[in-house]
Amino acid sequence: MSTEQQIQVSPSRRNGQRQFFRLNEIIAEQTGANRSLIAILQAVQEEYRYLPEEVLTYIATALDLSPATVFGVATFFAQFSLEPKGHYLVTICDGTACHVKRSMSVYDAICRKYDLTEGRLTTPDMLFTLETVACVGACGLAPVMIINGKTYGQISPEAAVAIVDKLANREEKEE
Amino acid sequence: MSGTITIDQKQLPINGEDNLLELIRKASVDLPAFCYHFELSDFGACRMCIVEEEKMGFIASCSTPPADGMVIRTTTPRLQRMRRTILELLLADHDRDCTICERSGQCRLQELTLRFGIDNIRFGKDIEALPRDELSASLVRDPNKCVLCGNCVRNCSEIQGIGVLDFAYRGARVRVMPAFGKSLAEVECVGCGQCIQACPTAALTIKFEIDSVWAALSDPHKRVIVQTAPAVRVALGEEFAGKAGAISTGKMVAALRRLGFHEVYDTCFAADLTAMEETAEFLHRFEKGENLPQFTSCCPAWVKYAEHFHSELLDQLSTCRSPHQMLGALLKKFYAREQGLSPQDIFVVSVMPCTAKKFEAKRPEFTTEGSPDVDAVISTHELARMIREMGIVFEELEDDSYDLPFGFASGAGTIFGYSGGVSTAVIRTAIYKLSGKRPAVDFAFTPVEGFPNVNETIVPVGDGAIRIATVHTLGAAKKLIAALRTGELSYHLVEVMACPGGCISGGGQPLISDAQARHERAQGMRGADKLQQIRAPQDNLFIKEVYQRWLEQPGSDVAHRTLHTGYTSRRRVFGQFIPVVAAERPVVDIKVCVGTSCHLRGSYGVIQELAALIEKQQLTDRVNLEATFCLEQCDRGPSVVIDGHLLEGVSEERLPAIFEEMVVKNLV
Ligand code: SF4
Ligand code: SF4
Ligand code: SF4
Ligand code: FES
Ligand code: FES
Ligand code: FES
Repeated sequence: MSTEQQIQVSPSRRNGQRQFFRLNEIIAEQTGANRSLIAILQAVQEEYRYLPEEVLTYIATALDLSPATVFGVATFFAQFSLEPKGHYLVTICDGTACHVKRSMSVYDAICRKYDLTEGRLTTPDMLFTLETVACVGACGLAPVMIINGKTYGQISPEAAVAIVDKLANREEKEE
Repeated sequence: MSGTITIDQKQLPINGEDNLLELIRKASVDLPAFCYHFELSDFGACRMCIVEEEKMGFIASCSTPPADGMVIRTTTPRLQRMRRTILELLLADHDRDCTICERSGQCRLQELTLRFGIDNIRFGKDIEALPRDELSASLVRDPNKCVLCGNCVRNCSEIQGIGVLDFAYRGARVRVMPAFGKSLAEVECVGCGQCIQACPTAALTIKFEIDSVWAALSDPHKRVIVQTAPAVRVALGEEFAGKAGAISTGKMVAALRRLGFHEVYDTCFAADLTAMEETAEFLHRFEKGENLPQFTSCCPAWVKYAEHFHSELLDQLSTCRSPHQMLGALLKKFYAREQGLSPQDIFVVSVMPCTAKKFEAKRPEFTTEGSPDVDAVISTHELARMIREMGIVFEELEDDSYDLPFGFASGAGTIFGYSGGVSTAVIRTAIYKLSGKRPAVDFAFTPVEGFPNVNETIVPVGDGAIRIATVHTLGAAKKLIAALRTGELSYHLVEVMACPGGCISGGGQPLISDAQARHERAQGMRGADKLQQIRAPQDNLFIKEVYQRWLEQPGSDVAHRTLHTGYTSRRRVFGQFIPVVAAERPVVDIKVCVGTSCHLRGSYGVIQELAALIEKQQLTDRVNLEATFCLEQCDRGPSVVIDGHLLEGVSEERLPAIFEEMVVKNLV
């Protein structure tokens, strides 16, 4: 394995063991007649932060479903992601209130700084993924940015980039 | 449900029909439909079959049961407008290259477009062309032709019990595809081609091999030999406006000669040979009580299914190759030499009802001196194409007959093409062999209650009995296998065929739209059996000769080398690994299989134990531990690979010793 590859996968790989054991727990919790594939996928996505192909095959195996069916369900719901996400998930709200307060200029500023484009919204080092959502219910704070669950309100493009920069620097020091 | 119903002002009695569509068709109205299929569950997605009911308004007739007093109109200006709009929307995103489309002339979408006189499409295309999947040996999938009716999805899951295809994504991006958008060659598709039969368009088609056959026919250095499967003769005529089930053997042979084949043989001859070998094998196992029930192996779709899903049964499969592979092997191994030719000088073509045999012929073990035993497999449909391309007027051909010696068969060999045929052949051979007397009548098979598509018969021998079951469709086989495991059912011999009714409705046969044609083809096969002068393979002089000249006796070493084979477990999805312990500087690499078989045998426990050992010895930065899917050793799992060494049947108790030996020692 080349060093480059290692660095790329390391943030998600480091937790491999805990994640895999948790995956088995999630499946075990959801046995019997009223098990719900959607609930399993939700819980697993929380663990892996996306739904890797192999993990979907594993779920299909454990539940005796065809992989195509599990894949079908995973792609039907917008909440599921089949692409790996960066360590930090940077979410910019683009609901009506935020849009009016120019949330997209925040989005654009981060894109420019980290060289992200439509279709490539994760940094090559897997540190950040940028995405938009429709209204997170904090319209009073518009425009809103959320990073791994933490909300930043009334954010300006400059402030947003500064926050992301800070996280990036901290991560570098830890490495 | 009984009562009457009014359809376009005509009164009709309800006669147990499941849905309005069936009843409407009985009123001689050919209502348009895409997602309705006579043997699949109702889906109600395409809305083409929509009708107007006085009180209920617009309803999808395919998924509405008839009720007394309903007043139905099948054509009104609003219905016409709605249907046209649906069609136009489908056509907007459709690859409309009809002139160069395989299905042209047999496509439901094309037919309805013509019927509704659509000459202008008001909607623009909003998707780009998607890649065709041509990697499978059996079929081609072209997503640009798909109308999303879901017939293939329901066919593969409801009839075959597999579920290779399903809907994925949503809204405008919804598509039908295998898991993760992979190729059919990279997933658990067994190549039965039943989805081709169910598809209304050219989104799923047979993988053609016609070009290689034309090339061989025009190559002056090749002797081109053709063999035709039992089920081809009762269906080929349908391609030329003949009746289903009508036997067209004579015209078929004549057409093959006109196409330029040098020798024309009958796979039924090889089926006689299969019956001899399979019976010898069975009687041996029966006496010893070993590896029972024996499962038949002449259906390659079933064989591949067992390799993907039932590694525990692989020892129970008959080791016999399917009949056309047996003949291919004889031709390349012995016949070629006798004719002073090398295997490469002969080009063997099999005409089969089957798409799965295309994959089978490419199995690496089926070769002689590097040359495939069967060089090309073409379907009944492809043969019809070749006949048409050459301009042969099929209906006007004079009957011709097969060449000898491989063109003569007993009735037993002739009936391999429908469910129950192989078992009947084996029973005839076995009784003859055990009693020394020709069996006068056949044993009747009776349906097994609670198990659709399963029939059984009990053959008394000595003071015991041989219990035999036949099953068709893999979904039904799956259920039967489960019942064998629990002991609910028990047999000595189980015949499995993947296609409904057997090869007569194989994936390469002419398309059919109702169960009637299937029935008629089976009748045709039974008729062909009765026409043969001899009924048991032992009485086939040419079979005797083949044993005398080349094969010694059924089950001999040379027969084994030439006519038998072995099986391997196959993974279901080509995939990646799930990292469990990811070392920064890995030195030792461990992969644990979590495929279905290994999972059931406790591979998760093995992973837990390994992770604990790695942690205890503080080797987390030196040892890579990954979960992987199927190392293709499923019958001996749980499988573990340590630095490339495959270990089978690894139990948690054995792990500490293995770990010490293969990991710790290597690191110090
Ligand atoms: S060929 Fe058979 S197994 Fe493969 S997708 Fe079609 S129906 Fe399923
Ligand atoms: S591939 Fe054919 S059968 Fe399957 S959904 Fe598309 S049109 Fe229907
Ligand atoms: S039943 Fe016959 S046609 Fe169908 S897959 Fe098996 S061998 Fe082929
Ligand atoms: S629109 Fe952004 S929080 Fe509501
Ligand atoms: S045929 Fe009735 S909805 Fe498709
Ligand atoms: S499941 Fe196939 S080797 Fe484990």
